[in-house]
Amino acid sequence: MTRVFPIAYNTYREAVRDRVLYNLIVFALLIVSSALFIGQISIEVERVVLINMGLTSISIFGIVIAIFIGISLVWKEIERRTIYTVLAHPVHRWEFLFGKFIGLFGTLTFNAALMSLGFYAALFYLSHGIGRVDAYILVAIYFIVLQLMMMTALAMLFSTYSSPLMSSIFAFATFAIGTFSEDLHNFAAAAQGPAKGVMTLVAYIVPNFSSLNVISQVAHGIPVQSGLVFHNSVYAISYTVVVMFCAAAIFENRNFK
Amino acid sequence: MLALEIQGLSKTFSVGFWRKRPRCVLKPLNLTVEEGEVFGYLGPNGAGKTTTLKLLMGLVYPTTGTARIFGHSIDDPRAKMNIGFSPEQPYFYDYLTAQELLEYYAQLSGVPGLERAKRAAASLARVGLKDIDRLQLRKFSKGMLQRVDLAQAIVHDPKFLFLDEPMSGLDPIGRREVRDLIQELKDEGKTIFFSTHILSDAETLCDRVAVLNRGELKGIGVVRELLSGSEGSVEILWHGEAGRAEIDALGARTRISGAMTYAVLPQANLNAALDALRKVNARIESVNPVRHTLEEFFIEKLNLNSDEQPMEVARS
Repeated sequence: MTRVFPIAYNTYREAVRDRVLYNLIVFALLIVSSALFIGQISIEVERVVLINMGLTSISIFGIVIAIFIGISLVWKEIERRTIYTVLAHPVHRWEFLFGKFIGLFGTLTFNAALMSLGFYAALFYLSHGIGRVDAYILVAIYFIVLQLMMMTALAMLFSTYSSPLMSSIFAFATFAIGTFSEDLHNFAAAAQGPAKGVMTLVAYIVPNFSSLNVISQVAHGIPVQSGLVFHNSVYAISYTVVVMFCAAAIFENRNFK
Repeated sequence: MLALEIQGLSKTFSVGFWRKRPRCVLKPLNLTVEEGEVFGYLGPNGAGKTTTLKLLMGLVYPTTGTARIFGHSIDDPRAKMNIGFSPEQPYFYDYLTAQELLEYYAQLSGVPGLERAKRAAASLARVGLKDIDRLQLRKFSKGMLQRVDLAQAIVHDPKFLFLDEPMSGLDPIGRREVRDLIQELKDEGKTIFFSTHILSDAETLCDRVAVLNRGELKGIGVVRELLSGSEGSVEILWHGEAGRAEIDALGARTRISGAMTYAVLPQANLNAALDALRKVNARIESVNPVRHTLEEFFIEKLNLNSDEQPMEVARS
């Protein structure tokens, strides 16, 4: 277990020295400049638009980075054979995978935190201050981080058995379906016969990103219930653990030819 | 104590997309390596050398058989506490420096925090890499990466080193330096198992060698005994052709090479041959026992029929 953290730190160090920070700089510039632009359109909706746009950007940027780095993280280690020297040390395969996951999730959380700072700076500029109602935005950001955690685990699961191209297709498709998972649940409830069973199964397998999206709610200053925070936290962590367990089971049995 | 004990280790992969068919890359292998021994694992490209090393490192799983390193099964992480592995054609993390990489590997092997930096620097110096503090690995040449590869294998001071083609990608000076390093490690009492198809390296460094071909062990031999064996023959080299007929009459194989005559004959007839040459006043250039070379052993073992059992040729 003690070997998980050096692997995580190494993953984080590699990712940060690669290109991730450049995305942050571009994003921060975009947020600030769009805030200046939005400020000139309307006094009534500028805040709502800024919060919607800012949080959606944090989410989309994070998901894209989670998928693109996540799918190549394990694949690159195998393809470039760096995994040979790592696994020749007294390291369990699951420790390697778990370390990679923590490293990438840490990078994404750091990334999201920096983007959130940029976002709050833009909000401060626009509103000339930060109010109590803006604290709800932190809950929305927390939910985005939970989504990133689940998406990182899924991207790593796909990368343990398929190529980066197929993994990215699987990951984006899962994200798209997960975004509309409420509709899947509704459809399963309305279905009849065998379709009901199949749809219910699919609805529970795909990640439920719908309930993790409270961006519109907080943009309108509506509080997020503490029960939902607890429920979403337990759900996201449980889902991630199950996905990582499946990824470790596949990875454990792979031959690195 | 046995450093390595391999019993019936084999690997068969499934190949093909739709219709999978088995392809055996390593037939059941039985092998032991003593502690402190330098063992050469020889074979042409595609013989199964790298597959054996991958099996021992737990990178691929065996179809049959087991292996133990210092008494621990290769499935047990404790087996990896005392080993260092240098793969062929190494790649490392692009954005790390060599010092950072070695500290990372040292940490994975459980080297205490305070010692890591010191050990990493010492290992890099030992493989001839100095003044590269700020240089990231993506800017390293192939030869420099090969040296980093060796440095990472020794950074945690393991008792047993597995080296896959350690001299490939190095220039002649680099090869010499790596050869000297392996010799130093041998003198320190390390056990070394290295694969190569460069026979001169094996001849210089190894105590014993095994020859592998098409996934099958063809033979194992003690290098010193192989090289000292004279087969009871001697070779004589003299100026001119005088005396050739007399030497031929003693059962020699002779041939003319420029202004010299070269003969190989049974050791028992050496005195008679020398007498015959003295009679014709021939100027003798040299008299030497005929020695085996590792190359002869290698070629001989490769030419064995595949249905023959591997044999222990000369083992002390």
